[in-house]
Amino acid sequence: MSLPLVLGGALAVVCVMLVALPFLHEPAPLSDALDELDGAERRALELGEQRDRALAALKELEADHRAGRIGDADYRALVGGLRRDAAAALRALDEPTEGSSKAEAKSG
Amino acid sequence: MAELGRAALAVTLGLSLYALLAGGFAAVRGRRRLAASARNALIAAFGSTLVATAVLVTGFLRDDFSLAYVAGHSSAALPVQYKVSALWGGQEGSLLLWLLILTGYSALAVWLGRRRQRDLLVWVTPVLAGICVGFAWLLVGVSSPFAVIAAPLDGRGLNPSLQNPYMVAHPVLLYLGYVGLAVPFAFAMGSLLSGRIDERWLVATRRWTIVAWTALGIGQLLGAHWAYEEVGWGGYYAWDPVENAALMPWLAATAYLHSVMIQEKRGMLKVWNVVLVSLAFCLSLFGTFLTRSGIVSSIHSFTQSSIGPWFLGFIVVAVVFATAMIWLRLPLLRATAKLESLVSREATFLYNNLLLVALCLTILWGTSWPILSEAVRGEAVVVGRPYYDFFLRIFGLPLLLLMGIGPLVAWRRASLRSLARIFSWSVGAAVASGVVLIALGAGSSIPGLIAYTFAAFVLTTIAVEFARGTAARRALTGEAIPRAFSGLVARNRRRYGGYVVHAAIVLLAIGVAGSSAYDSVAEARLARDETLSVAGYDLTYRELTERDGANATELRAVLDVQRDGDALGTVAAGKNAYAVEQQVSNEVGIRSDLLTGEDLFVIAEQVYDDGSVQFRVFVKPLVNLIWLAGLVFLLGSLITLWPDGREQRRLVERYARAARSSRRAASAP
Repeated sequence: MSLPLVLGGALAVVCVMLVALPFLHEPAPLSDALDELDGAERRALELGEQRDRALAALKELEADHRAGRIGDADYRALVGGLRRDAAAALRALDEPTEGSSKAEAKSG
Repeated sequence: MAELGRAALAVTLGLSLYALLAGGFAAVRGRRRLAASARNALIAAFGSTLVATAVLVTGFLRDDFSLAYVAGHSSAALPVQYKVSALWGGQEGSLLLWLLILTGYSALAVWLGRRRQRDLLVWVTPVLAGICVGFAWLLVGVSSPFAVIAAPLDGRGLNPSLQNPYMVAHPVLLYLGYVGLAVPFAFAMGSLLSGRIDERWLVATRRWTIVAWTALGIGQLLGAHWAYEEVGWGGYYAWDPVENAALMPWLAATAYLHSVMIQEKRGMLKVWNVVLVSLAFCLSLFGTFLTRSGIVSSIHSFTQSSIGPWFLGFIVVAVVFATAMIWLRLPLLRATAKLESLVSREATFLYNNLLLVALCLTILWGTSWPILSEAVRGEAVVVGRPYYDFFLRIFGLPLLLLMGIGPLVAWRRASLRSLARIFSWSVGAAVASGVVLIALGAGSSIPGLIAYTFAAFVLTTIAVEFARGTAARRALTGEAIPRAFSGLVARNRRRYGGYVVHAAIVLLAIGVAGSSAYDSVAEARLARDETLSVAGYDLTYRELTERDGANATELRAVLDVQRDGDALGTVAAGKNAYAVEQQVSNEVGIRSDLLTGEDLFVIAEQVYDDGSVQFRVFVKPLVNLIWLAGLVFLLGSLITLWPDGREQRRLVERYARAARSSRRAASAP
């Protein structure tokens, strides 16, 4: 058998070992299921994203106003809406736990 | 060693196929270990492709002419650096480089995201693996770089045009760009497949898109410099189909990098963003198809081959898959906000997107026209430079102006009074520049004058932005100016890195306008000691020299250069005769004035038996700003790319909070 074929075979063996590695761990994990997001997690993520977006917009508006990119009139016209958005996102973030608890309780 | 190369590629194909099938099954059925195994297969595929590449490079370095690819693209006398770059000098090697970069990117993407994006990567892995299968199959089943022949005494050598330092780096960067666009595509498709359209896919695709976009941008500039130095026609971009092929995905990716901000800030344009990511990837495949298939005539297309139909099939599969996924997930891609005003940042970014995509599609139409006309009428009709130049002005000039306007307009809406106040300095600078330029005689080219006026507007806007930001930070922190400046950039990398990239585009526009709208040209057949005058330069032809280079005979006509009576040294232009390749290349002479950015560009078009030479001489004002723009562009991209720990922490915190919230919900009575 020629050297290239031996090296090719060795390469294939190494690759197979690497691919099989997750199945060779002992002991086997308790669950082989992937981490799936449940409904409450998905909703919390969505609300977290809304909160971060609202807070970032507010922060950027403050920075733009401070730097003189946005005049006083525009700042006053925008800041109220952004504060309301941020407050609504923060409020909503606290609500779903309640909502999903009730839903869980009902289904349970 | 050809057997080892072939075996390594077969292993890559097997691993990619496994990653596709096992990864897809694991994602659908939710199997954790199988998903990890598929991920490992993708990483191993990079290792086996690396082995195959090493075998071929070794073949070049050892002059192993029993490998048909080495014999066809190298010779014993070829300098070492070109023996290495000969790897991508032909079809099979280029495909191997594609696969190497693709598996490398894939391995890096799945490795870097293995913790924070695990659930998303489960779906990304089979998509990346699917693309790897396509390219691995081309190399194993259609066009192998490891075909063997009875070894000739010497190889046929490398195309002389490719024996240029820029050709060592340009194709690699271009491929890093083309192939890099596969990663954001895979994340976008993975996100659609999983039904998780949250911010993580945006963060991942944005980063990977910037990597690919930067490589593609720098690769194109290096290619332009190669064309400028090596092709010897006096220009750097000729709207050649292969050049356009690299420009189109870059334009689509540029549009995406702007519109993604609208999705992040306002929750809008979700469908549009996925479409742009998919378009950029499909255009990168189309670009490779144009370069590799030889379907269109191009000075950059060094191969004619039969892989065209395979590529076309690949593009069709990618387009159908992306369209189907977007269609299926439309309900998840609904916008959460509406455009409130036509005078807002999101609106200006939208205008920018429309112009970029319009320019991209116009170029696509012009590039595809020869193929379409040949298919329909049996005759390939080539679209000429005026078509492209016209649309570049129509779409490019407003884009240039928008670069100065967009980043300063407020999100949601802005008042006209506010805009007048913000842009007062910039408008003043633009008007003053226009007046001065007209007085200097720049009014001879209206598009050039408009480009310079807009460039002054944008550069002033950027300078004022840096000044305002630094002053605001100083007022807030009390820091000294240098510290406030660096702190400003460090805390807002995307914004200020973006400004630096905009400055690079402005430099590029100034360089292009200067060298194309205001250049001068003269032509003459000169005997020894005769003089040619152009744009204030006097060139006197002195002598013809000949010497043996590493693998070519170099013939040079030497000219003395004077300007306004001052001697500026000499410039030499001529030809190289390559014995092995049996080809002659044009070698231009360039004298750059780094202070003014101007080039004196000399072509020795014909050397006659009596020693006289036919010269063509260009004077290209500001052309060096184009190359400087490349460095500034790289700097801006690196600033933007530098990891932002706050963003990562915010995402981690959001996930942890979501998990806590879910646990609380589950444990509630």
